Amino acid sequence: MNLKIGSAQIKLLETLCAATGVAGNEGAVRKAVLEALGDAAADHTIDALGNLLVIRKGTRRGRRLRVMVAAHMDEAGLMVTGDDKDGIYKFETVGGLSPAQLVGKHVVVGKDRIAGVIGFKPIHLTTASERTSGVSLDSLRIDTGGAANGKVKIGDRAAFSPNFAVLGSGRTRTLRAKALDDRLGVATLIELVRNPPDNVDLLAGFTTQEEIGVRGAYVAANALDPDLAVVLDCTPAYDLPHWEEDEENTRYNTRLGAGPAIYIADKGTLSDPRLVRHFSETAETAGLPFQFRQAGGGGTDASGIHKSRAGVPSISISVPGRYLHTAASIARVSDWQAALQLVHAALSGMNPSLLSLERA
Amino acid sequence: MTDIPEFLKKMIRTAGLSGYESAIRELIEEAWRPFTDELSISRIGSLQGLKRGSGAEPRPSILIAAHMDAIGLMVTRLRDGFLHVTGIGGIDARVLPGQLVTVHGRETISAVVVEPPSWLLPPDDRSGSTSLGGLLVDTGLPADRVSDLVRPGDLVSFASEPVMLGKEQLAGHSLDNRASVAALTHALDLLQTRDHRWDVWAVATVQEEETLGGAMTSAYDLQPDLAIAVDVTHGKGPGSPPDKTFPLGDGPALGLGPNVHPGVYRAVKAAADRIEMKTQLEAMPRHSGTDAYGLQITQAGIPTMVISIPLRYMHTPVEVVHLKDITRTGRLLAEFIGGLEVDLMKKLSWDEEV
Repeated sequence: MNLKIGSAQIKLLETLCAATGVAGNEGAVRKAVLEALGDAAADHTIDALGNLLVIRKGTRRGRRLRVMVAAHMDEAGLMVTGDDKDGIYKFETVGGLSPAQLVGKHVVVGKDRIAGVIGFKPIHLTTASERTSGVSLDSLRIDTGGAANGKVKIGDRAAFSPNFAVLGSGRTRTLRAKALDDRLGVATLIELVRNPPDNVDLLAGFTTQEEIGVRGAYVAANALDPDLAVVLDCTPAYDLPHWEEDEENTRYNTRLGAGPAIYIADKGTLSDPRLVRHFSETAETAGLPFQFRQAGGGGTDASGIHKSRAGVPSISISVPGRYLHTAASIARVSDWQAALQLVHAALSGMNPSLLSLERA
Repeated sequence: MTDIPEFLKKMIRTAGLSGYESAIRELIEEAWRPFTDELSISRIGSLQGLKRGSGAEPRPSILIAAHMDAIGLMVTRLRDGFLHVTGIGGIDARVLPGQLVTVHGRETISAVVVEPPSWLLPPDDRSGSTSLGGLLVDTGLPADRVSDLVRPGDLVSFASEPVMLGKEQLAGHSLDNRASVAALTHALDLLQTRDHRWDVWAVATVQEEETLGGAMTSAYDLQPDLAIAVDVTHGKGPGSPPDKTFPLGDGPALGLGPNVHPGVYRAVKAAADRIEMKTQLEAMPRHSGTDAYGLQITQAGIPTMVISIPLRYMHTPVEVVHLKDITRTGRLLAEFIGGLEVDLMKKLSWDEEV
């Protein structure tokens, strides 16, 4: 089966990205996922942390691997923490958001999606030393133009306003949006649930609270009791030039356009070597591009899942994305499509003997 | 009547960085055509609309200047498919990371301003904030495509969509000074049904953010007897010192200081009082930071006034204005112009007592 990313998939991604799903309040994303899945989600539960668990059993006879595939629904965002009156609100960040990325942005606040902006002191009223210092969260406010009195309350979540766009065309068609981390993973998982391989039991976990410590995925794995897990995420592509012309950027993590990123090790997980081999060999056999993510920092739902129950062999596969956790992240359609095809092919090629192999 | 918020949104979506105002000028020209008797374009691109007065010739004339240029960025060099940029007008680099922009190359290209990770930055930028020189613009396009489409000197304008905050306030980039263009347009609209003896030159000026050259040159050419610069001033709000800012929705601010002729100030204040309009007094101890600085020293000197619309977060892509302040400024201009007596210039004196 050769799954494609076409205009319907891109349209669904746009809907998913537009939803506000700040960690701890993923309801709008969950609703969009359920709508997109329709009958494919006939067998689903929503657990105590808001995880959406969808089971699609394989039809092939004999023993089938129980494969958990997870993608987190939540995004890094904001929570309203104080009312300064006249429609102006204090807020805190939820998940890794740099205050420098909040300046001068349009946001939407709360369930009613009240429009607001995060303003900044005019340059005319700043000193030279102020302009070179960092931006403190404490200096920022959400301004709803005095309009929101009563409609915004402390505890409301806020997120960047949607700004989805398709840039360029053809082979290098590129997507720009808020929350590509991890709505790209969510959209990929939706395609898998719609087109499940028949040789495995697909245990889909649309998880919550990844951005504040991988909390949803851990309990989801405890409940789903998988034989192994594949986590679909979005990982930074730091493939920008170095300021010094002759310096090489050696810490690029991943590169846009080089295919899906297979994780070997990040700060939270050492991927199961059998799965690393299985995924890279699957890609080579299928002629799909892939890259190994540079080992180092970061983490995914796998960090919780691999330590759940009595241990779950796990791996993460990411679509590379530039400027994640900002108002406008960027990813390539080609990387997304190859990620979908790779995961589908890898799942389709899994049989119980995979886990009988030596780990290394 | 011109639909002010719709006209403003259209203007915000139309590029017009200092020195490159053609697109925005055409939009304003279209709005002013039904309200003016003559339209002309100055030698450096300002739009000049004449609405003739009813007084006997030779009539005195007043020039109302609202600059139509906006701040933005310009490409300085290409690097592996990314763009280095510099500022046009005063830009605090801290507002730029994550901003949606349009690159005006051989095609119009959507892009975003990005802050590279710290280890890729110039050493001075690795703590504190990233300087403009350290930031990049990413079009998402491959490097060879970028080299085909973009050259140093190409303009980069802000591209985020304007948004109404509730029913009365508008947030968007370039409201400095498209808000004043809207106010001037509203004034021309009101003057359609109100007699005025003086000739009125409505001028959408160029290059205010860089040189004030548009206002100076149109004033030189048109030789008005009086001039008013309409601009924005700092609105009271988070992050701004309360003593240098003006509440949104409390009416226009009337400037007072060396760039303002005290007699014209008195006459404008009197016009506001006639229509019982609330105004705020803005102390302008030195350079007013407006076209008035240039208008005042044109020809043998022109009695000049500054009227300002309070605006929050100036020179960020999320400037905020109160729509009532815009329509009030338009009404005040129309009332002042309508009340101008033919012999005002004989009576006007630089008497500092206001």
